[in-house]
Amino acid sequence: MGVVLDAVSFRIGGTDILTEVSAALPTGTVTGLLGPNGAGKSTLLRLIAGLERADAGGVELDGERVGGRSGLSRRETARRVALLEQSAAPSVDLTVREVVLLGRIPHRSRVLGSFGGDDDHRVAEESLAMIGGSDLADRAWHTLSGGEQQRAQIARALAQRPSLLLLDEPTNHLDVSAQLGLLGQVRGLCAGDGAGTGTGSSSGSDASASAGAGLTAIMALHDLNLAAAYCDRILLLNRGRLVASGTPDEVLRPLIIAEVYGVDCDVIPHPRGGHPVIVFSPAAAPAFPSSPEPRITRHGGSNR
Amino acid sequence: MRDGSVDGLVDGSVAAQPTRRGTGAGRYLGWLVLSIVALVLAAALAVTIGPADVSLTDVAASLGGHAGLPGLPAVPPLTDSIVWQLRLPRVLTAAMVGAGLALCGAVMQSVTRNPLADPYLLGLSSGASLGAVCVVILGVSFALPAAAFLGALAALVATLSIARVGGTITPGRAVLSGLAIAQLGAAGTSFVIFWAAKGDSYREILNWLLGSLAGSSWTTVAISAGALAVVGTGIVLAATRLDAFTFGDTAAASLGIDVNRTRWALLAAVALLTGAMVSVSGSIGFVGLILPHLVRGLSGPGHRRLLPLAVVLGALFLVIADTVARTVFDPRELPVGIITAFIGVPVFIVLIKSRKAAAWA
Repeated sequence: MGVVLDAVSFRIGGTDILTEVSAALPTGTVTGLLGPNGAGKSTLLRLIAGLERADAGGVELDGERVGGRSGLSRRETARRVALLEQSAAPSVDLTVREVVLLGRIPHRSRVLGSFGGDDDHRVAEESLAMIGGSDLADRAWHTLSGGEQQRAQIARALAQRPSLLLLDEPTNHLDVSAQLGLLGQVRGLCAGDGAGTGTGSSSGSDASASAGAGLTAIMALHDLNLAAAYCDRILLLNRGRLVASGTPDEVLRPLIIAEVYGVDCDVIPHPRGGHPVIVFSPAAAPAFPSSPEPRITRHGGSNR
Repeated sequence: MRDGSVDGLVDGSVAAQPTRRGTGAGRYLGWLVLSIVALVLAAALAVTIGPADVSLTDVAASLGGHAGLPGLPAVPPLTDSIVWQLRLPRVLTAAMVGAGLALCGAVMQSVTRNPLADPYLLGLSSGASLGAVCVVILGVSFALPAAAFLGALAALVATLSIARVGGTITPGRAVLSGLAIAQLGAAGTSFVIFWAAKGDSYREILNWLLGSLAGSSWTTVAISAGALAVVGTGIVLAATRLDAFTFGDTAAASLGIDVNRTRWALLAAVALLTGAMVSVSGSIGFVGLILPHLVRGLSGPGHRRLLPLAVVLGALFLVIADTVARTVFDPRELPVGIITAFIGVPVFIVLIKSRKAAAWA
């Protein structure tokens, strides 16, 4: 089951944004969506969340089509899919608990839903606990650090009780430790044990593994190394087309990276985790047009 | 903290965190009940205040008599008609208009995500003014409420059709279109006044433009109360969905909200209610701008708490302001819009200075 992309195509005003993207993402996996700026990562996430309609093809969630006449309505989709956008409004006059409670909106009756019912509060508490943020509940939103806001946003998404979590560049503006902590938490929320991909930053995974069982995550990332460290699968997009998909080992290869990003790099195994680590070389000229066969070691001194 | 154990923190360190304000339901209910009591008291007192002395007993007896309750002391006919025909309709109209304007202002500020939004943002008041001024000039003042309402509706249709270019309404485009229509309506009003107004009609126009409840009757009570009950209830129920917009349109959409339809429906409903209020009272300023901000300080920004309290406090505020307007310079009466501005502007300035203005930027 999980998520199936069936030849998804999307155009805006005659411009192809996505062209026949197909992939199958099993339940419980973490998928990294990679690609240069403008590759169509955010658009694909919006399509999966049902915020846009595909012009051709479609998205299936656990066997059900998202959107359309016979598919899941926007509200039904919102009970299964939570999307976190790139940036969050920093000037919100709410407590963290109130922010997390927003995630209960799709589950309430449209007109007379009991705002802040016991059940909603319980789910909110659980969601905060899943990201290790119970201590944040009564903090005012604007007093949180960037990393804390991002974690609280994930708690809000979890309060939707989704089976699919979509994250659009969740590590933007976060420092290194916050980046690793956040992705480790996402990793832990999904049922996959992540063997061979963990880097030792598996924070909170024991607390959340049971509660988040069955959660599937797709996140758009810019940092190839974070994707390599935390994702089970990689979808690599370029100009709206799926260029490569598979495990990080299969996708993150020098030749493919050179072709898509136009940069010169070497890929070496992580000294502790064994997952691929991409080391970029500050090439004087774009490597793509005249790139020789990529070598595993080069500039011996630069490998530190 | 990031990697801290999860469960130990639930009860442990919460108290140590800086909490912002009591968001407890009890505190909010306290404010709501207090406001309702204050509103009832203020309305009763307002009926007793005026050139002719009327006691609270007279008020109670008059109301009871009209309600058909037996065994009440007799009220002199003159007192009875002062209470029943003059002051009570006026106080009730003030309450309804204040409630409606505060509600519309609160919703408008949320829909457009603009702290300076007020119910007249879509050019409604200038459309209504143009309609009203034309009617006064033509000497058919009895048609004023209808003309004002039609003017407001015309302005609404114009604004929304400009804002709707491309099928969606963004907050920014709605504000800009409203601004354009407001300027146009104001120019039209000035043009009509400049060419045709003289003497009495000039005074009548000015009175209306500044907002006044002097024309209140049971008809205006019926119009404003009916609009508030029907449209206002719908707004309160739909606007609770506005909470989903806290983090923007995409966040709302991913919470299952039909962003465009919600925004469109709320703008139209707010405009209808505002149009009804403007038609009975002229465009009374500042209630719809200031009250929502004051109420947010008590209720927090969640709409389920904000809107009911805004309704009650808006009513209370306008009842008080109108009582001041008609009594302070007795026997002359000021347009209530002047009073709301005199009270509202200083309050607003204090608000800007005291509040974390950053949250508005």
